[in-house]
Amino acid sequence: MQKRVVFNNRLLPYALLAPQILVTAVFFFWPAGQAIYQSAFIPDPFGLKSQFVGFGNFEFLFSDPYYLASFQTTAVFSAAVTLLSMGAALWLAVMADRIIKGSGAYRTLLIWPYAVAPAIAGVLWLFMFNPNVGLVAWYLNAIGYDWNHVLNDGEAMGLVVVASAWRQISYNFLFFLAGLQAIPRSVIEAAAIDGASFWKRFWTIVFPLLSPTTFFLLVVNIVYAFFETFGVIHTITGGGPQQATTILVYKVYADGFIGQDLGSSAAQSVVLLVVVGLLTVVQFRYVERKVHY
Amino acid sequence: MAQIAFSNLRKSYGKTEVIHGVDTHIEDGELIVIVGPSGCGKSTLLRMVAGLETVTSGEIRIDDRVVNKLEPRERDIAMVFQNYALYPHMSVFDNMAYGLKIAKVPQAEIRERVAVAAKMLELEPFLERKPRQLSGGQRQRVAMGRAIVRKPAVFLFDEPLSNLDAKLRVQMRVEIKTLQRRLGVTSLYVTHDQVEAMTLADRIIVMNGGVAEQIGTPLAVYEKPATTFVGGFIGSPPMNFLSVERLQGSGLAASFGEAAPALAKTVGVRPEHLSFCGEGQAAWSGELVIVEALGAETLAHVRLDDGEVIIVRLDGGRTAPVGESRVHVTCEADKLHFFGADEKRID
Amino acid sequence: MSGMVEKRGIGTWLTHMSLIAGIAAICFPIYLAFVASTVTQQEIARPPMPLLPGPHFLENYGTALSQGINSPVWLMLMNSSVMALGIAIGKIAISILSAYAIVYFRFPFRMVFFWLIFLTLMLPVEVRIVPTYEVAAGFGMLNSYSGLILPLIASATATFLFRQFFLTVPDELIEAARVDGAGPIRFFVDILLPMSRTNIAALFVILFIYGWNQYLWPLLITTKPEMNTIVMGIKQMFPSGDDVAEWPVIMATALMAMLPPVAVVVFMQGLFVKGLVDTEK
Repeated sequence: MQKRVVFNNRLLPYALLAPQILVTAVFFFWPAGQAIYQSAFIPDPFGLKSQFVGFGNFEFLFSDPYYLASFQTTAVFSAAVTLLSMGAALWLAVMADRIIKGSGAYRTLLIWPYAVAPAIAGVLWLFMFNPNVGLVAWYLNAIGYDWNHVLNDGEAMGLVVVASAWRQISYNFLFFLAGLQAIPRSVIEAAAIDGASFWKRFWTIVFPLLSPTTFFLLVVNIVYAFFETFGVIHTITGGGPQQATTILVYKVYADGFIGQDLGSSAAQSVVLLVVVGLLTVVQFRYVERKVHY
Repeated sequence: MAQIAFSNLRKSYGKTEVIHGVDTHIEDGELIVIVGPSGCGKSTLLRMVAGLETVTSGEIRIDDRVVNKLEPRERDIAMVFQNYALYPHMSVFDNMAYGLKIAKVPQAEIRERVAVAAKMLELEPFLERKPRQLSGGQRQRVAMGRAIVRKPAVFLFDEPLSNLDAKLRVQMRVEIKTLQRRLGVTSLYVTHDQVEAMTLADRIIVMNGGVAEQIGTPLAVYEKPATTFVGGFIGSPPMNFLSVERLQGSGLAASFGEAAPALAKTVGVRPEHLSFCGEGQAAWSGELVIVEALGAETLAHVRLDDGEVIIVRLDGGRTAPVGESRVHVTCEADKLHFFGADEKRID
Repeated sequence: MSGMVEKRGIGTWLTHMSLIAGIAAICFPIYLAFVASTVTQQEIARPPMPLLPGPHFLENYGTALSQGINSPVWLMLMNSSVMALGIAIGKIAISILSAYAIVYFRFPFRMVFFWLIFLTLMLPVEVRIVPTYEVAAGFGMLNSYSGLILPLIASATATFLFRQFFLTVPDELIEAARVDGAGPIRFFVDILLPMSRTNIAALFVILFIYGWNQYLWPLLITTKPEMNTIVMGIKQMFPSGDDVAEWPVIMATALMAMLPPVAVVVFMQGLFVKGLVDTEK
């Protein structure tokens, strides 16, 4: 798409672009280049010299059981967060879509958790499940379940998943509701006249028509789980116990800032760049498809 | 007040030439309508005058000043756009005053000029409203007002009525004509509607495929179309076209078949110049397909023996021969238009 | 309203019940945090904690605001406000300018710039965290507002949003403006900017929340407690080792940390929804 008529100034467009390009170059491209560059070196322990190792950091990375475990952790975590938050949101959206009066009020009550920072969400859930003082942990104890996510891998994972999904339900709910409301009523009514029950209609008509929204949310939720849940994990588990909740992004941080292993951290950044690239391509495909509808 | 001259005006986009050399001279105070089908280059021509499109070659002069390279604001023009192009966030007053403010006209004078234009266009009650609070006709008037307050040497209209409903279009057409007469400003008016062209214009430029096929007064264009295209485009229903061979083989051959110029390829005849007759005088015979009674006129569609359909226009109330499907058509010899193989008129 | 076909009696009732149950489940963590922020440390330390609010609201919030644990909450709130406003305003300003250049001008390397900006979509700060930190540290930006704000204000999303919007502005408007004698700067200030008001407001709401909720970046860039933002500062309020956390103060802080963005969402719901939908196009 282009404008039929444009202005002809020579220098003005560059001046208008300058701020964004400058910030982008300094804080995006330069660091990204640095990450790629550093990924080919191992600094000596005193940070005085670096030794060129080519793909050595990557070889090391992919033979590191902790890193491979982190991949698996990320996959499990992302899948669980996406499923839980989308499932809950879809259920609520279908319910909200069924009622005519008052759906606005329900919407207001359901969308605000989106504004809660992941780190704050982490603190709220940590408080409920804290093994010493947490209310839920105490009740679990009372019915004979010994909750301690500080020691138990599965419980730790469960907690960060729930806390991460909790905040994302709002977002998914909003888009599912909009998607549902965009489905032409006549289609549903035709199915009803054909004798399909509510759930029959839902699975054979509504859900397929909702698939563009679902696919879009799938990508968005995976991106969220990959990159934006750092705050949840950092506040609740710190990646533990024994790295059971160390997702890729957390590992970049932990190795780079706590472990001070810059070469490995840089190599991990490059791997993440590739992951983001792939996700963006998928997202782009989706956008293209939407345009062609 | 200004004269405008185009000399060998051309426009290309990349390698594609879309205006193939237009020459004309527009007198002071004239209202010129550029008419043609979509894609004929009429809007491009107008936008070149406005300075919104660059000139590839040739010259545009406004009052002996070559304006090819001037910015729109330096050309002393004002333009009314098809979708009005009103600034949606500004009031009617601000819309009309914006150009004057940029030109640093003193506040008092701006108010004065807007007030005069608003009165002329009956917009006074709406000056504080936003464009979205106005009807289509009122928006149209604001767009005109914006042009008027500038007191330009030239008005440019780019299909200004095409977004209005049919009834309003007729009313606004009259208003534009009256206003232009009153202000006496040289105007270029682009439309695809030949009725609008006929009713508004002092002279018409008929464009087709980037070429000005004919330039002349509405009646001249109607009565002596320079090309088959003009004959077909101007007039509703359009001119009927038949091959000269058919004329020569017809009953008219004896009376004026020889009158056809040697090079003539096509003969054109307006529907109103055709009439039904007995078999003896028939120029053409065929089958009556359908009769459209429109009240003031009646249109009879006749399929000739070789399948070609022509339209015969009768006065309202008169009906075509009823009950017989075979009809005979004739016309007067001097109402025939002859065109050569190049589709140009031969006199 | 896809469910409108079948709606009577018990079905409607069940629908409302499941919505209310869902909302209750979603709101419960916040409610519990509120209760915790109105009771004493002793009440929490002896579980189960009470389920109804106590009388210590003012006391706990007062302590948090004026003293906090490492640094007073009012200071962290201020830092967060500066960062969130800086990011939102900065992003909008540089994005609208670059979108204007890309849509309304033709110049050499236009598409190169377009793709340079587009590529940043693929580079969330979390991915390039270490080198970005080094660059910021190299500029002496640690513990400064510019360090909190500048690295986060380049945004392809905002640029694209404005580009999309500009492309929907009718061509005739720029033509009319040129005939009226407006140059590029006047056209931008007098016409394009006022027409973009709603888009700017919607984007502002989204970006304010984005900026306010930043966690990892402030965690790295601020080492002094007086530069902490509230969202990252809350983590610093937990004691290291086995000491018992001061839950009432922490929970009061958590509620104050979520109040501004939640208020923005609730009170500017229309703009918020528009912003969300726009930025995900």
